[in-house]
Amino acid sequence: MATKTVKLGEELVTTKEFLAEGHSFCIGCGEALAIRLAMKALGENVILAMATGCDEVTTTPLPYTSWRVPWMHTLFENTSAEISGVEAGLKILVKKGKTPERDIICVAMGGDGATSDIGLQSISGAFERGHDFIYICLDNEAYMNTGIQRSSATPYGASTTTAPAGKFSMGQVTRKKNMAAIAAAHNIPYVATACPSYHLDLMKKVRKGAEIKGPAYVHIFSPCPTGWRYKSDLAITIGQLAVQTGIFPLYEIEYGRYRLNADPPELKPIEEYLKLQGRYRHLTGEQIQEIQQMVNEDYAKLKEKVAAFPL
Amino acid sequence: MSRRTALEASHAVAEAVRMADVDVIAAYPITPQTHIPERLAEMVADGELTAAYIPVESEHSALSTCLGSVAVGARTFTATAGQGLELMHEVVYVASSMRYPVVMAVCNRALSAPLSVWGDHSDAMAVRDTSWIQVFCQNGQEAFDLTLWAFRVGEDSKVLFPVMVHLDGFTLSHVTEPVILPEQSEVDRFLPIFQYPFALNPDKPMTHGAFGPPEIYSETKLAQEVAFRNSKEVILRGWKEFGDIFGRYYHPVEEYKTGNAETLLLTMGAYTETAKIVIDERRDKGEAIGLISLRLWRPFPFEEFRRTVKGAKLLIAFDRCVSFGMGGPVFSEIRSALYDEEPRPKVVSIIGGLGGRDMSEEDFDYVIDRGKEIAKKGPDRMLETVGIR
Amino acid sequence: MAEELTWKDLEVGNIITEAGNASFRKTGDWRTERPILDKEKCIKCALCWMYCPDAAIKPSEEGYYEADLHYCKGCGICASICPAEAIKMIEEEEK
Repeated sequence: MATKTVKLGEELVTTKEFLAEGHSFCIGCGEALAIRLAMKALGENVILAMATGCDEVTTTPLPYTSWRVPWMHTLFENTSAEISGVEAGLKILVKKGKTPERDIICVAMGGDGATSDIGLQSISGAFERGHDFIYICLDNEAYMNTGIQRSSATPYGASTTTAPAGKFSMGQVTRKKNMAAIAAAHNIPYVATACPSYHLDLMKKVRKGAEIKGPAYVHIFSPCPTGWRYKSDLAITIGQLAVQTGIFPLYEIEYGRYRLNADPPELKPIEEYLKLQGRYRHLTGEQIQEIQQMVNEDYAKLKEKVAAFPL
Repeated sequence: MSRRTALEASHAVAEAVRMADVDVIAAYPITPQTHIPERLAEMVADGELTAAYIPVESEHSALSTCLGSVAVGARTFTATAGQGLELMHEVVYVASSMRYPVVMAVCNRALSAPLSVWGDHSDAMAVRDTSWIQVFCQNGQEAFDLTLWAFRVGEDSKVLFPVMVHLDGFTLSHVTEPVILPEQSEVDRFLPIFQYPFALNPDKPMTHGAFGPPEIYSETKLAQEVAFRNSKEVILRGWKEFGDIFGRYYHPVEEYKTGNAETLLLTMGAYTETAKIVIDERRDKGEAIGLISLRLWRPFPFEEFRRTVKGAKLLIAFDRCVSFGMGGPVFSEIRSALYDEEPRPKVVSIIGGLGGRDMSEEDFDYVIDRGKEIAKKGPDRMLETVGIR
Repeated sequence: MAEELTWKDLEVGNIITEAGNASFRKTGDWRTERPILDKEKCIKCALCWMYCPDAAIKPSEEGYYEADLHYCKGCGICASICPAEAIKMIEEEEK
């Protein structure tokens, strides 16, 4: 007899898989896990618009699809515009009596490239117009699908194919664009960061973002064994270290007010996180110190915001 | 009771959108299209039209938003011009290959650089290959009629292709003309409710927009071309039905005084009406001259076009666009369409009316005379133009 | 397979109307290692099921969670996170 739900902690998680087995995500892909978890929180009454990227090509090679929910993909940078049309279309059809009213969650999904680079304009527009949808960013910190090229989400010091570590380069010399802050600057009802290693927290946040009226943004840390160069079994460990070292803090922002979901009394040294990943292998001790400083500063700034604008 | 009123052509388009009871409008303002979205926003604000007016932040997003709304089964409209059409270029291809029947009015505008907000056909010519059904309007009545017809044809379950309705920027979009507006009941008889057969719905989950590996991409394009060419049947039926209900019949190729014409002038869009005056004058003087205009631009009306020009000895093609390094785009296409015909007229090209440059009757007189000269003595310069210093 | 389809077999707009039809792709053949569950040690916490990116671990009748070898790619996440160390990765046997 197939079980309908599995009890994890206090939660009952559905055994339904909205993303079918047999997709071609890499072995041990953190993004695949992130999407699988998000889908369990969203359920089947969704319409999902997805950007070109890892998640799109691994799940829909014509004539096959891994999706068991209504799904659409058009281009790379327009997912938010596309979902705006879905959302407005559904609303007006109900208003005009052309279709019965029902609860359908409008979901947009895209990688860090689709979100904070090429798609920044369309997400900003959709946020400003206030469409009722949830945008989920699967952040694997580079343009992974096209071959590990740098994005604005690539962290300082990481080596990618277009900002590689070399004789005269330490890899990424810019700092990770704070997409959650950009989303919050649009004064939308809900912004959150999440990590698949904290599965219940992730699912709760996705569900919250889906249920809230208006735009919601959930930024999910998605470890990539291929691009970050680590053994395929480490996605959960790396995700835990990202949170425990403070380089990827878990927090929520509701209308400009902050809640820090995990605040370890002492942050683990960033070296523990960096040393597991080949993309940081080239870093000198000094550079690691520099990164430690940046992490400490950013975390302190976040805590200041949490203290100044608590939820 | 239908009524005759004075309407700016842009507003005639908006009126057609209103009578078609469009559900979603997502448009970004750009000269000379602005009067269309403005009028539509006004209609929605005043409750004359119940629709979602989405003020998107760019043309790329405008058409992208339209894809989303069609995907859930909403009747969808947008409009653009020139640079806007260029900015949404990749989305234009996606709309047609995904078979989303959006209707888009294009107020034909010259392409930068240099920046020009004024009319010519370069924006239309840049989207020739995109698999949209495309028609050209000459006047306000056609702007209204063809917009209405566009929904009927694009949304037909045997078609499911997006449709572009071209209007010359400023020269047509901004002029006030007499337009006969039908009764709403007549429109409702002509235009059924949009029932998109693949609407995204959790009850029957579908995947739109899977990617095409090499093993299958070619097959998708062959399927698309076959379906696109076959849409001609519904295009013609749509015009027949339109005529039967509203009394105005449209055809793929418009023929004007072509009976026994030895020379034919071919023009596209609003300047055609000026050219017709010149044809009248010359006919009155006994010249065996006529005019043709391609009402249907895509899918190219091969049959009708070849039939129309059969008896002529000379066809002078007037283009409002330069295809750099090649010449007049309409000229190139019609010459290619006639290559295998026996007998076929000589075809010559003259280019003018770029970036808002007007064409007077004298200019069309020149085009015809110069065209005849080129046919007799051959071209003697790199590019034959009219009205360019 | 895609190569067997002709242009006539495609749906309008290349829309796929059969949800989840990719599940015929048995990605289990990607594996170089496979997980082995020691049921004695297993505490049925379900974390392995939760953290499998491929949804290859399925609840079994007796309440355990076991890898469906048709889909398991052998990433080893389940073994690495099992709090009871009940899962071991072993070399995929040569057939």
